[in-house]
Amino acid sequence: MALLDFFKQNRKSGSAAKAKERLQILVAHDRAGPGPSYLPQLQRDLIKVIRKYVHVDQDAVNVRVEQEGNQEILELNIVLPDS
Amino acid sequence: MARIIVVTSGKGGVGKTTTSAALATGLAARGHRTAVIDFDVGLRNLDLVMGCERRVVFDLVNVIQGEAGLRQALIRDKRQPNLSILAASQTRDKDALSLEGVGKVLDELAESHDYIVCDSPAGIEKGATMAMYFADDAIVVTNPEVSSVRDSDRMIGILSSKSRRAEQNLEPIRERLLITRYSPERVAKGEMLSIEDVQDILALDLIGVIPESESVLNASNAGVPVIMDEASNAGQAYQDMVDRYLGEELPHRFTTVGKKGLFGRLFGG
Repeated sequence: MALLDFFKQNRKSGSAAKAKERLQILVAHDRAGPGPSYLPQLQRDLIKVIRKYVHVDQDAVNVRVEQEGNQEILELNIVLPDS
Repeated sequence: MARIIVVTSGKGGVGKTTTSAALATGLAARGHRTAVIDFDVGLRNLDLVMGCERRVVFDLVNVIQGEAGLRQALIRDKRQPNLSILAASQTRDKDALSLEGVGKVLDELAESHDYIVCDSPAGIEKGATMAMYFADDAIVVTNPEVSSVRDSDRMIGILSSKSRRAEQNLEPIRERLLITRYSPERVAKGEMLSIEDVQDILALDLIGVIPESESVLNASNAGVPVIMDEASNAGQAYQDMVDRYLGEELPHRFTTVGKKGLFGRLFGG
């Protein structure tokens, strides 16, 4: 309905905004390069340690390195199971 | 000395060949001696878009391997006397291209041309890196679509690190962005990345915006570069691109939704 469209010209609510957000993250990641080579091993070791205390899935631990200016940030994301 | 322009994108199907054909035709029509080379060894297409597919006898690889002279292999365009086309090889493997061989062909072309347009294949393999290695200017063709923008970003990185200009510490390649298949209607609805969105991410100067247009398919069906369809929006947008490449400052056209009257806005679909 054109009359309604006219009032809800909220362009940022469409899928384009989502696309841009995804791209910004992806491109920043691509530009940063592959990151240090010990990441996969670190991820495996972390899972072992965490499993001593709580059972988590293989993909519950996410390790990534991000570049922010001169700083490298090691980001660890662990999803605990629903209890 | 000729200026070498690479038309590149990373992703396939975004309009590199259409753009190469338009740029080369437009430069030639403005009186510049121009050659356009298809670097897509194994999957040649530029000849089809230019409408000279039945006149290909020798190709780029024949010239590099010394089986034909450059003059024998160049196809003189039937419409533009200043324009020649060098087709890609259809059969041989990509290893047929060597940096040394491509460099020699470009050097020889440079003696008798003002502009050399290099139509890059998709991807980041040998053909694409050869097409960009010797470039002075680059046109990065991007659709307002996530995978295309991402691939263009990768290409921009490669352009600034793996080219002759980068390796010899010369002034960097002048890279400019061409957005193709742009639909202002979908942008207005929030369904498509806008020009500003794409530029925010890629941070390149904009050389043109080509609207989504039926005339592009019609033109390639007919083997006539769409820039020659002066009645079409896409043709006119390509004319503007060529003028901007040559230094003119022109506003971007066909980037906003065509104005409807008040009645149409209230009751139109």
